Amino acid sequence: MQEITRDTLISRAKELLASGEVDRVYGWKRGEFCYDVTPALFTDAESLEKDFEWGDFCGANLSKYLVEETRKSEGKILVFMKPCDTYSFNQLLTEHRFDREKVYVIGTPCAGMLDPKRIRDHAESFTSVVSDENGVTVSTLFDGDVKLDRSEVMPDRCLNCKSKKHVAYDELFGEDGGTIASGRFDEVEKIEKMTPDERFEFWRGELSRCIRCNACRDVCPACTCEKCVFDNPNSGVENKAAENSFEEQMFHIIRAFHVAGRCTDCGECSRVCPQQIPLHLLNRKFIKDIDGFYGEYQAGAEVGSRAPLVDYTTEDIEPSDAVKGGDENA
Amino acid sequence: MSISKEPYRPLIVAFCCNWCSYAGADLAGNNRLAYPADVKIIRVPCSCRVNPTFILRAFQRGADGVILCGCHPGDCHYTSGNYYTRRRMALLFSMLDYLGIERERTRVEWVSAAEGAKFAATMNDFCETVASLGENKRLEDLRCKK
Amino acid sequence: MRKITLDRLDEFFAAVAGKLKLYIPVDTAGGAQFQQWRAGAKMSDALNTTRSAKDFFFPQTENLMEFKTEGKKIEIIDVRRENEDFAIFGVRACDVRSFDVLDRAFLSEPADTYYQNRREHGVIFSLACSKPAETCFCGTFGIDPANPKGDIVCYKTDDAIYMEAKTEKGANLMDSVSDIVAEDEGGDGESAVNAQKEIISERMKKLPLASLSTDKFGGDKTAKFFDDPAWKSLSESCLGCGTCTFVCPTCQCYDIKDFNAGNGIKRFRCWDSCMYSEFTKMSAGQPRLTQLERFRQRFMHKLVYYPANNDGMFSCVGCGRCLSKCPIQMNIVKVMKNLGEGGENNG
Repeated sequence: MQEITRDTLISRAKELLASGEVDRVYGWKRGEFCYDVTPALFTDAESLEKDFEWGDFCGANLSKYLVEETRKSEGKILVFMKPCDTYSFNQLLTEHRFDREKVYVIGTPCAGMLDPKRIRDHAESFTSVVSDENGVTVSTLFDGDVKLDRSEVMPDRCLNCKSKKHVAYDELFGEDGGTIASGRFDEVEKIEKMTPDERFEFWRGELSRCIRCNACRDVCPACTCEKCVFDNPNSGVENKAAENSFEEQMFHIIRAFHVAGRCTDCGECSRVCPQQIPLHLLNRKFIKDIDGFYGEYQAGAEVGSRAPLVDYTTEDIEPSDAVKGGDENA
Repeated sequence: MSISKEPYRPLIVAFCCNWCSYAGADLAGNNRLAYPADVKIIRVPCSCRVNPTFILRAFQRGADGVILCGCHPGDCHYTSGNYYTRRRMALLFSMLDYLGIERERTRVEWVSAAEGAKFAATMNDFCETVASLGENKRLEDLRCKK
Repeated sequence: MRKITLDRLDEFFAAVAGKLKLYIPVDTAGGAQFQQWRAGAKMSDALNTTRSAKDFFFPQTENLMEFKTEGKKIEIIDVRRENEDFAIFGVRACDVRSFDVLDRAFLSEPADTYYQNRREHGVIFSLACSKPAETCFCGTFGIDPANPKGDIVCYKTDDAIYMEAKTEKGANLMDSVSDIVAEDEGGDGESAVNAQKEIISERMKKLPLASLSTDKFGGDKTAKFFDDPAWKSLSESCLGCGTCTFVCPTCQCYDIKDFNAGNGIKRFRCWDSCMYSEFTKMSAGQPRLTQLERFRQRFMHKLVYYPANNDGMFSCVGCGRCLSKCPIQMNIVKVMKNLGEGGENNG
């Protein structure tokens, strides 16, 4: 079994560029430190050699960039995708957001990403991170090396990974995995078991930190409206308003609702939140409810599947029972 | 001018579909069936016209309870509108409950054009429930208060 | 020089809070944030807060006034509340400099009286950074974290905090709490502070961004950088969110809106971001149609336009917040390094 490294990806990308199969490559680019990796477009072998990065910090989901990028020319784009990214990719295809023919997908294996925020909790001023099967070694500027367990510094979305399976690819590096029975709904259940007052307090605390930077929306692969309702001044909640909590609730409820049934649970919203609001817990509540009410559904698992909110059966649960149902589970 | 405070009355917004529930409300009126004047009816072409934003917007503008009435499942004037409503509202109400917002403040009820009595009874019951909860505090927009 | 041992810090906070509203950085689920001090609150050890200290003078959102109409009569209601004294403890050197940057925007004629009142009523306890982070580059802008500005400058050692009032406002406040923190006459203050400064200077030299320079930037460089090919690759993956502008201590753009509350009009001010597609929208449309233009605007403003109008002062303070918070890890350091280097692939 060949080991997949950064060089494997680069040499394949160079081959595809040289053969003219693709004319640009969407990947990740090195930054100043080990962790500040930026999604970037590469068009030649030289820049790939110099700047291409593949590793523990390439968490950004590149699928959304394809919506804009595929419109720019007739050429084909090579894109690298982790298993969770491929779900978003399929979901975008289901919604006809770009032309599949213009993309060449290489599926890359993923052992879970690392979260710089969590590393900072254990190691201040860190400069490099080396990970192997024994764990993660973090070098700091002033405190020497810190040894950590990988699970201590992985983001929630990777700790509760739902699938190592690539649901879309033209070429696959490494062996494909399967879906995983993860504990991703555990946190949701914990909140459901609280009293209404506790739930309200919990969410009030979390959502009150929102600064309405819109990062969660702008990074979300399911949020691809050409014009967002929250950019409309007539929405009355397009900016953070004074002495109020309403517009935060409105924004997050409506945003979560708008992606309900289309959210693949990629976890980008929580990754990018500068205030560390656990936004994925809103989306997972919808996913859990949908699974419970209308049968298991994984957005993006297959292209062309009918999302639960644009579908119905005559025997669906009544809204009044839906909430009570939540109680019985508690 | 009297300085005594008026007893608290909730403000209820009722979205009623044009074909069944609005006609049901009409029938309740024709039959002189009483229901509280706290209910403000907004007529919509179909219950599935009601977007979750409408419900939140009603709360923002001071509603203490929001009820959505449509044709019975299977009887939608547009064949399937209320089936979509049912799914949307099941998920929305469950989410509101998850956020700790009192579940009794929102309701969906199927009322046909022949069910004037059911309309009146539903509104009486809903008003009473919301009145017992008191003012909407958890989904309020402070700017719209006073 | 005054000294308070760490075990008596709570007493000190309580004494200050008895005089005016006191805010200190505390740890929250969203990282360190400034919060009003209450008995039992523990000061965060974090280097810096997630949101900057600009919030105190230029809050994310504030009501400016209200209107009520009755027939043809319009009543204007004054809702101003910014005349209350307050103190902020633990502001880092970079954030203190950011107030200078904001002052130039808000206090030049005609002065913004909302901002001005808050500045006059705020007392700043600055705190030297004993352990700068890898993302820090305040030195690039001539800021010395060993010698922060502020009304009262503080140094934290393993067991105590040493404080020195630098302004009249600071001295008055310290005098009012002298029964808790007396002058440390003949004490170890001087030598302890000097030792701290020594450590900080040494650590600053080790920072990976220590050599970053502003030499190629300045007010006269518009023509040089405006059409730089690097903007394309730098802005390529920008999401157009407002994270960088909202965590930035010097970003100062705002919007003023009227909200029809049904019972009157509320005029409020809120932060706006040049990264947003709706920013400075006019009847004719937006002046900057692409994300490249919006992205360029932000960095040109920090490195070229602002210095052009403010005696060469850059409107970045090197706090590093955008380095750690940008969803796609694009930031001013990458912009500074890649601009003017020629070639599209340097982005």
